[in-house]
Amino acid sequence: MAGFVYLFRLGKVDPALLDLAERCIRDQFRLPTRIAARKIDLAPTFDSVRNQYHSTKLLREVITDPPGDALRLLGLTEVDLFIPIFTFLFGEAQLHGPGTILSVHRLRHRFYGLPENRDQFHERVRKEVMHELGHTFGLVHCFDPVCAMRSSTYVEEIDLKSEEFCDGCRLRLEEKLTPLR
Amino acid sequence: MDPQNVGILIVDDEYSVRDSLCSWFLADGYRVDTAADATEALDKLQKSPWDIVLLDIKMPGMDGIELQRRIKKIAPKTITIIITAFASVDTAIQALKDGAFDYICKPIDPDELSHLVRNAIDRMRLVDENIHLKERVEELSAADDIIGETPAMNSVRQMIVEVAKTDATVMIRGESGTGKELIARAIHLNSNRRYFPLVSINCGAYPEGLLESELFGHEKGAFTGAQYQRKGKLEIANKGTIFFDEIGDISPKMQMDLLRVLETKHFTRLGGNKEIGADFRVISATNRNLEEMVKEAAFREDLYYRLNVFMINLPPLRDRAADIPLIADYLLKKYSLSMNRKFEGFSRAAVDRMMQYSWPGNVRELRNVIERALVVAKGLRVEESDLSFPSAVDGVKSSLRPLDDVEREHIAAVLNQLAWNISRAAEVLAIDRATLYNKIKKYDLRK
Ligand SMILES: Nc1ncnc2c1ncn2[C@@H]1O[C@H](COP(=O)(O)OP(=O)(O)O)[C@@H](O)[C@H]1O
Ligand SMILES: [Zn+2]
Ligand SMILES: [Zn+2]
Repeated sequence: MAGFVYLFRLGKVDPALLDLAERCIRDQFRLPTRIAARKIDLAPTFDSVRNQYHSTKLLREVITDPPGDALRLLGLTEVDLFIPIFTFLFGEAQLHGPGTILSVHRLRHRFYGLPENRDQFHERVRKEVMHELGHTFGLVHCFDPVCAMRSSTYVEEIDLKSEEFCDGCRLRLEEKLTPLR
Repeated sequence: MDPQNVGILIVDDEYSVRDSLCSWFLADGYRVDTAADATEALDKLQKSPWDIVLLDIKMPGMDGIELQRRIKKIAPKTITIIITAFASVDTAIQALKDGAFDYICKPIDPDELSHLVRNAIDRMRLVDENIHLKERVEELSAADDIIGETPAMNSVRQMIVEVAKTDATVMIRGESGTGKELIARAIHLNSNRRYFPLVSINCGAYPEGLLESELFGHEKGAFTGAQYQRKGKLEIANKGTIFFDEIGDISPKMQMDLLRVLETKHFTRLGGNKEIGADFRVISATNRNLEEMVKEAAFREDLYYRLNVFMINLPPLRDRAADIPLIADYLLKKYSLSMNRKFEGFSRAAVDRMMQYSWPGNVRELRNVIERALVVAKGLRVEESDLSFPSAVDGVKSSLRPLDDVEREHIAAVLNQLAWNISRAAEVLAIDRATLYNKIKKYDLRK
């Protein structure tokens, strides 16, 4: 039975971004995608002191009650994410799946006081979709400096990587993907 | 070193902390385990070796300080990293004296943590190879683009490093184009706030009233034309740094409002009544003589003292002429790269000419002169004749031109000569700033 990667809109999300993520998943993972119908309320995960949203709580919402044909669940959001011990997160993923969420908040140039650069922003989003979804297929951080699985804790590091998995990561990924297609 | 071969033990009494740090390190491929208290930790340390132990300083039962001392005894090669709340940094420093590798504050900056662990692993490797550890040097990430080797510039660089470690309010003084914004950026990028925005606002560029809504934001309907609610720059700068350029240009009313915000760290949007809290570091800059302005009661003294906690003075370029060739070379490389052309450098005469010139527009003017020179230069070397400096008498132009044309050109020339210092340009043109601002818009003039 063929399954889908389900995408969740967490809060208001530019439809172009969903589009972008879907295309990226189809290109890079060769898996079909669907937009999830279930609405997720962000309000309970908001922390007014930090002015950020609790990532783990949101991720928990995303993986609750998954559709029967869900292979993976990816939540996309524009809000800033945190977990109590960290100041912020670009995203959070479950190693070996099924769920992951990704915030584009700190991928935007505006966040750093720079003029918008749509192309580079979109590139960052695609790289992070690959990275977080990669984790759900069991990939850990890679030392190849340009591999999408390279760990990045600041945005310039994302820019340094390529939009590709290195040979090693690609091989491990395909092993996991083949039975799913 | 293969992460599989690095073992990290996390000791914290809070489940959520253990859990998040555990998955964080698992994603890196390290061998990870956790312990909920000191007893469990010592137990695990006895059973198998751990390379790095991350431990919370505050735990019920035996606390982190005591645990760290024990670890040093039973496993002296193990690297310990202390996790602490901001409130207990003093205790963390005690732990450093007891031999901890470093400490990290809650909530943890993920980038700091990954750096710290990478450093720890480097150290393991060095210890293994029995190499003497070099003093850890603070890397100055962005400040390397600040060119200059004169004593004045070296001391500026030193001050950036010093002040970036703190949250102190900084005031940067210097003529237009001396690099005030560049310095502000370097401070921000080297501070703990670097993952949050640096928001710049040119106080001299807004007509009265507009600056207010730009800073504080406004609610829908706050004034005609406010069709949407909008966040102000203070709000956007939350957790980051706000840079007030040309702070000497703000109106008395704005001075009062700003003072209130700096004192309370709270403000309200225009047309709103909700108090908004904001956490930002303030850096300001001006080329005006604020002390003189305070004497003349044109600038509030209390605000002056609030802003002027740590002062960095940027000397004009002509007072550090030895830096001119260095900056010129740097800009030459930079522009030739972006123009995809090769240049070997400047001719002797060109360098001499640059060193003799007075640079009223400072580095910005130098930049413009070099940019233009590279466009006209024919050979591999930039010659003196390629450099063009503004001169008093310009070529003769046909006088049968529309008035608008002449006005546009004149305003542009004045702005360029004064490095776009709006206040001074307005003075020279004998119009008020708002009028000048409107003309800039009308003629679509740009820096
Ligand atoms: N020491 C320096 N080394 C390299 N570039 C500099 C230096 N000082 C200034 N610049 C460059 O000169 C220009 C003007 O600097 P800026 O910071 O905008 O000046 P200000 O804010 O004082 O008007 C910028 O392009 C800046 O990068
Ligand atoms: Zn990752
Ligand atoms: Zn890889």
